[in-house]
Amino acid sequence: MSMETNQQPPLVLMRDMRVSFGGVHAVNDVTVDLRAGEVVGLVGGNGAGKSTLMRALSGAHPADGGQIFINGQPVIIPNPRAAKDYGIETIYQTLALADNVDAAANMFLGRELTTRVGSLDDAAMESATRKVIGRLNPNFKNFKTPVVSLSGGQRQSVAIARAVHFNAKILIMDEPTAALGPAETAQVRDLIKQLKSEGIGIFLISHDIHDVFDLADRISVMLHGKLVGTVNKQEVTTDEVLAMIIMGKLPTEVTQRDLASLHG
Amino acid sequence: MAQASEVAPVVAGSKPPRSLGSLYRSMELDTRLLGMLIALIVMWIGFDRLSGGLFLTSPNLWNLSVQSSAVAVMATGMVLIIVSRNIDLSVGSILGLTGYTMAMVQAVWIPTTLHLGWEQPYTFLVALVVGITLGALIGGFQGVIIAYIGVPSFIVTLGGLLVWRGLVFEIQQGQTISPIDKTFTIIGGGLPDGALGEVSWIVAALLCVGIVFMMWSSRRRSRTYGFPVRPLWSAILISVVGCAGVLAAVWVVTEGYAWPPLLAHKYAIEHHVAEPAGGLQIPVGLAVPVLILLVVALVMTLIATRRRFGRYVFAIGGNPEAAELAGINTRRTILGTYVIMGILCAISGAIQTARLGSGVTSLGTSDELSVIAAAVIGGTSFTGGIGTIPGAILGAVVMQTLRSGMLTLKVDSPIQDLVVGSVLVAAVAVNTVIGRRAK
Ligand SMILES: Nc1ncnc2c1ncn2[C@@H]1O[C@H](COP(=O)(O)OP(=O)(O)OP(=O)(O)O)[C@@H](O)[C@H]1O
Ligand SMILES: [Mg+2]
Repeated sequence: MSMETNQQPPLVLMRDMRVSFGGVHAVNDVTVDLRAGEVVGLVGGNGAGKSTLMRALSGAHPADGGQIFINGQPVIIPNPRAAKDYGIETIYQTLALADNVDAAANMFLGRELTTRVGSLDDAAMESATRKVIGRLNPNFKNFKTPVVSLSGGQRQSVAIARAVHFNAKILIMDEPTAALGPAETAQVRDLIKQLKSEGIGIFLISHDIHDVFDLADRISVMLHGKLVGTVNKQEVTTDEVLAMIIMGKLPTEVTQRDLASLHG
Repeated sequence: MAQASEVAPVVAGSKPPRSLGSLYRSMELDTRLLGMLIALIVMWIGFDRLSGGLFLTSPNLWNLSVQSSAVAVMATGMVLIIVSRNIDLSVGSILGLTGYTMAMVQAVWIPTTLHLGWEQPYTFLVALVVGITLGALIGGFQGVIIAYIGVPSFIVTLGGLLVWRGLVFEIQQGQTISPIDKTFTIIGGGLPDGALGEVSWIVAALLCVGIVFMMWSSRRRSRTYGFPVRPLWSAILISVVGCAGVLAAVWVVTEGYAWPPLLAHKYAIEHHVAEPAGGLQIPVGLAVPVLILLVVALVMTLIATRRRFGRYVFAIGGNPEAAELAGINTRRTILGTYVIMGILCAISGAIQTARLGSGVTSLGTSDELSVIAAAVIGGTSFTGGIGTIPGAILGAVVMQTLRSGMLTLKVDSPIQDLVVGSVLVAAVAVNTVIGRRAK
């Protein structure tokens, strides 16, 4: 899709976002946007504020300042339930799974299927869970065990399945493949491409610059709580993005010496 | 479809597996619960041997069932509280206050204050409604402070332990309140009216139907979705053993236990029944408190395992942050656990007040210890997220067995405390080791 001719408001616009913890400005005047069917890669070093920015969008930790617009409408997202009502689903960096219950209970946590008399329909939930997780990770077999006894990658599969099952319009993926093996990572890449083609907007946080270049349309770079800039993937090299991440310099500001020092 | 191959259902009625291990696994039993059941039976036989056959008698087992019920009712609620990483130290005092208030309703407020007279048909009901409402309000009050203000539950309920007990003394200068309404005393299980007699067999039949229905419906549901189902032989075996247990228990307290001769004689005279040689044999049957416990156990198990609320309680215990991020209203859920706990304290307060036949200020003192111990012996974990209702009920029976067994053996009360305390710690140690191994 071409950005220039698009007159529609973006799917998500987070403007001048601010979040602080005590005296620490974890997110400081950051503006990012996301269009339908687009993947925006959110990159930056450890502690740059990526997760904090996204947690403001998913209602996990409301922002101290700034405005959020969805389809051009200003919205307030005070808690996770509000975010879900706007079609925002999140795969948290910490996965946010209840360790003591099984995959199906986690997948439907807060949105349980019930029978006519209002009792939990565990069989229906397990059936749906088997379908979704089976697509992501065909080797997944431990549907009856508490997720605490699953491997890191299996747990991640559960978290991903949960985020994609509920017809999200906006998907936040905070390092979704950090614990996955090569085959499962490939599945998730395919999944991201498919969701994108379905018109879902995706914020993708990743430390794997090649992953980001493969999947993202645009890349927003953060450093020390501030936005360095947002670039179109086609217009930059990986080295230029690395320079943004590490030195906070835009491609227009960066010198050959800077780029060389990245590999020095 | 791709997933058709991975969910190949185990063929119903397949042959029993060869090795003992796989045989056990295919029964899908709760190991911890089974272990406790075995430990309980060993204790019963042990006490019986040591006392020269005084323990495994119908009257003793009947008493055991009544005494366990009052604690077990509250232990089912304590499971939810501890599972969600909280504690309630105030249960004994809530029980005391609600029990005393129910006594006041029927012995003072209705007959004297309101001049409505004694033994009205509605007296017991009004007392119960007032007591249970009060329990819910007290639980809710504590729950609000814990969930919405964020004061640790240990502190809030420690305060409650003192406050509610203190209030008991303020109501009627600490006097003993009597008499209790005749209908109300039925709740306590005292003879002649507090036990079900032959009607117990109807309860037994219902329980058996329930067991079979549960087995059947879980197999049917699994089959609908093509999941592996519990093998038929295993479902049948569990049903048979379960029903046999129910029937045996009811037989012991019904056919095995008759009214005391004096009471039977009085009954014969009042009802103009001819007395055979050796006196009239009237079966005692299940005590009403046991019936109450059965209903509470059923309702609480449904809440814990089949309702959203219960699922949320467990999710909060497993990972409070995850529960919050999933959009669960964690505060309301915690509040709910305390309201339920308050209601259960009032029910137990009704049982104990009715059993005693009067309202006393000391009712339920130090019950919090028995209740917490029952839940914990029953496998509820203080790290949160783990616990079962049947486990807590078994835990209550284990605690009561220890107490009443040592009483039969005429063990001194300090030594009793010593043993109960040690068993509590030992049971949790075993649970912890099993839990660690399971990970
Ligand atoms: N709950 C919190 N309390 C206090 N400080 C916090 C909290 N969460 C994040 N921070 C601080 O905010 C800053 C940004 O953290 P954030 O988790 O957003 O970084 P990140 O870009 O996601 O890093 P990473 O790549 O390591 O995940 C850090 O300095 C961190 O210490
Ligand atoms: Mg992060």
